[in-house]
Amino acid sequence: MGKWTRRGFLTTAALAGGGLGIGIALRPGNRLPGLAKHVAGDGDTLLNTWVMLGEDNGIKVIVPHSEMGQGAGTALAQMLADEMDADWNLVTFEEAPAIEDFANHSMGHGMLLAGADLPDMIVPSADGLMIKAAQALDLQITGGSLSVRTTGEYGMRTAGAAVKQMLKTAAADAWQVSADDITARSSHLYHQASGRSAPYAEFATAAADIAPPVKPTLKKPDQFTIMGTHVERHDIPAKVDGSAQFAMDVQLPGMLYATVQRAPTFGGGIERLDDARAREMAGVVDVIRLPAAEGGGIVGAYAVPESVAVVADSYWTAKNGLAALDITWSQTAQQALSSDDIFAQFARDIAARTDRASDVEQGDLAGAMSSATLTVEADYQVPYLAHSCMEPLNATASVADGRCEIWVGSQNPLGFRGEVAKTLGLDVDQVQVHNCLLGGGFGRKAVADYAVQAAQLSQATGKPVQLIWSREEDIRQDRYRPAIASQFRAALDESGDLIGWENTYVDKHEPAEAPLIPYAVAAQDIGHVASPTHVPFGAWRSVDHSQHGFFTESFIDEVAHAAGEDPYAYRADRLKDKPRHLAVLKKAAEAADWGTPLGKGRGRGISLQESFGSLVAQVVEVTVENGETRVDRVVAAVDAGFAVSPDGLSAQIESGIAYGLTAAMYGEITIENGAVKQSNFHDYPALRMPDAPSIETHIIDSYAPVGGAGEPGTPGVAPALANAVFDATGVRVRRLPLNRPEVKLQIEDRASA
Amino acid sequence: MIELTVNGQNRRLEVDPSTPLLWAIREQLSLTGTRFGCGVAQCGACTVQLNGTAIRSCVTPIAAAAGQEITTIEGLAPSEDELHPLQSAWIEHQVPQCGYCQSGQLMSASALLAQNPNPTDEDIDAAMAGNICRCGMYGRIKSAIKTAAASQAQTAATVGFFDPAEQAGQEVTGG
Repeated sequence: MGKWTRRGFLTTAALAGGGLGIGIALRPGNRLPGLAKHVAGDGDTLLNTWVMLGEDNGIKVIVPHSEMGQGAGTALAQMLADEMDADWNLVTFEEAPAIEDFANHSMGHGMLLAGADLPDMIVPSADGLMIKAAQALDLQITGGSLSVRTTGEYGMRTAGAAVKQMLKTAAADAWQVSADDITARSSHLYHQASGRSAPYAEFATAAADIAPPVKPTLKKPDQFTIMGTHVERHDIPAKVDGSAQFAMDVQLPGMLYATVQRAPTFGGGIERLDDARAREMAGVVDVIRLPAAEGGGIVGAYAVPESVAVVADSYWTAKNGLAALDITWSQTAQQALSSDDIFAQFARDIAARTDRASDVEQGDLAGAMSSATLTVEADYQVPYLAHSCMEPLNATASVADGRCEIWVGSQNPLGFRGEVAKTLGLDVDQVQVHNCLLGGGFGRKAVADYAVQAAQLSQATGKPVQLIWSREEDIRQDRYRPAIASQFRAALDESGDLIGWENTYVDKHEPAEAPLIPYAVAAQDIGHVASPTHVPFGAWRSVDHSQHGFFTESFIDEVAHAAGEDPYAYRADRLKDKPRHLAVLKKAAEAADWGTPLGKGRGRGISLQESFGSLVAQVVEVTVENGETRVDRVVAAVDAGFAVSPDGLSAQIESGIAYGLTAAMYGEITIENGAVKQSNFHDYPALRMPDAPSIETHIIDSYAPVGGAGEPGTPGVAPALANAVFDATGVRVRRLPLNRPEVKLQIEDRASA
Repeated sequence: MIELTVNGQNRRLEVDPSTPLLWAIREQLSLTGTRFGCGVAQCGACTVQLNGTAIRSCVTPIAAAAGQEITTIEGLAPSEDELHPLQSAWIEHQVPQCGYCQSGQLMSASALLAQNPNPTDEDIDAAMAGNICRCGMYGRIKSAIKTAAASQAQTAATVGFFDPAEQAGQEVTGG
């Protein structure tokens, strides 16, 4: 392969066919300085960026994704190891360091394939150039349920197969036989005719001199031996004995502790600060104002308002110091704004239809509406939501001698590195990001503001600083799942057939297809209007699907009831040309005994959602008593193409459902006086064990392209729940969460009517 | 100066007596397996045991632990090369996802099993209601607690001593 160069890397990657960095052979003496320390022993050979084969025949898979609970590392290692015909017992893995050589180009590629919005500079180049663009954009992101379906499918599998082929070629050379006659099994190579065999490690060095194959042969599903089997996650033992390392667990010599606060009203700053009382407190080291700035990166530019931090000898002292500050926050134009004002604005903007842009425009909607026997209309709303990861935002930074080391849990470590470097005035090479385990991410930890603050505080004090946000700050300075509103009108003909579907909503983000429906409806007009607010927003598990899943799957239920038909059958009748959709819907319905009678006060609801390349149908069973809803059972059917790690997929669906259920039952961030009213788990509750339903997941392997796992469970639970409440009570919930007092009143009114 | 026993060891700490136990454990004793989640006893991530009872260390002043016995996640396993039955069950059921809440979950669960070796679903719900898991692994947690309870009962039966469910009042002959 010659000397490793950036150009060499790109060439190799382009040759691989999918825009993938599979084949960087890094030999002793020919290693990137940034990678050298990851090759532990002299006898170790880094066969490419993602696979390392040790002298002891051990295989280390280097995973370019964060671990935030989704278990992607295990699934990705399974994919690589299977194609490599490795002995799973010899496989370990670790997260890639935050340097661009590990950037997950295949994620960028997957986003292109999925048609997601990416900056224009990337879109025309779905080939090798993609890699360069992706590097420029600092892609080493964990999100979009993409790890397995892009890094795994396009990267890990190819890398594993390529390595196996290179080893076979090296062995063929050494044994003077044909590579075609060599078989690989369990990390060993065999040549049957001569009776020779040897462990992979014997040929590692020789294989590293062989150019990676252009298109290594991938296995067919019936040849899988590790993919599709149950393997235990490697990260779990450390999570049961307290030894798992989250960013907050780092302790550096001489480290100080800090906590921080911004103006509660978004966009506000500090008008006056009296820190005399705080500075007098024993243990307080400094009170530091961090100026307003602009953040940026793959998530787009965003304003970071001014904040004030107290630095002390312990977190407790810092927290008390912060409470002792006398701060007058500056007034903003949104000082009096409330959630009611925001929803009123949404309603006005939907009614005005100004600059409405269509996602889908097909058939003759006006004709359908005018010929309709029956029209159904409904307005839906969902509130802002915080992420409330178990681990509050935190980062530990050490800035000294023109360098910055930072320990953080990040979904975007390269982006964080870039932002820290920019803020401190350093080159990216002078910033080292140690990405730790994430105590939940859900989209929040793709935004670098907290890491930048920690770095600024270390720079200002000249000491290592561990910055920990209070839970209150974490909830009040989030990047929220947007509140939005959506208006529907449906046209039905005399037979109850759905002939027209009109939908206008505010505030479009990603993915673009979130508001689309899978059902056969000839005339459709789905579109959106802008209605910006001052509330900062960001990605939240399943992104726009979290809102539109509730809207569309509730409204189709309304339409089915208006037509006098069973909501499951009505959906199924409109999926005749979509066998995968139909199969998951049917599976969920059958597994949940759809159609069998339930007792008084009980109900069932169904939903179907395609998101992130996977299909999920859910049936929720509820009991409603005295206006209170209890979720008894959730049955989910999922088609993610192929379940690489079946238990991992089930666990992700369970988790996605629980996350969506928390939002549907209780989740509401309310804006009062321009600021978030909620502050901690007492007023922003999370699902707890006594209220958690049993969740059953049924997996269908359709062998369609592999889909995501982390997000697809979330969108469908809210509509299935609301549909179940309707089934039980006749009350249609069109605004979440379910525990709003208005919902209880409606149910009680209906019951007594 | 505050003296207390942590995971069987006597410890002396120079710390403001109002400091929550959580921060003394993490910052002074470097036992970082106990997690900060909310600071107001709402989430359970900071759960440790005080004389065997599950408490929220984020709201317990260290002064309240003076002279008492504290057990943290690092002290849950009976020895270095042995896991607590709950830890084994947690692995068997692949309970943790992000794992951040799991130290607290395990400390609540182990306090429950120590007092109630054969808990019903309702007992488990009641004992675990204070521990939030944002990854939503409640079903797996519940199953793992039952597995651990069963394995403890089996161990007790095999070695022929003390099954509290059946032999309440009998003398303990081993440990």
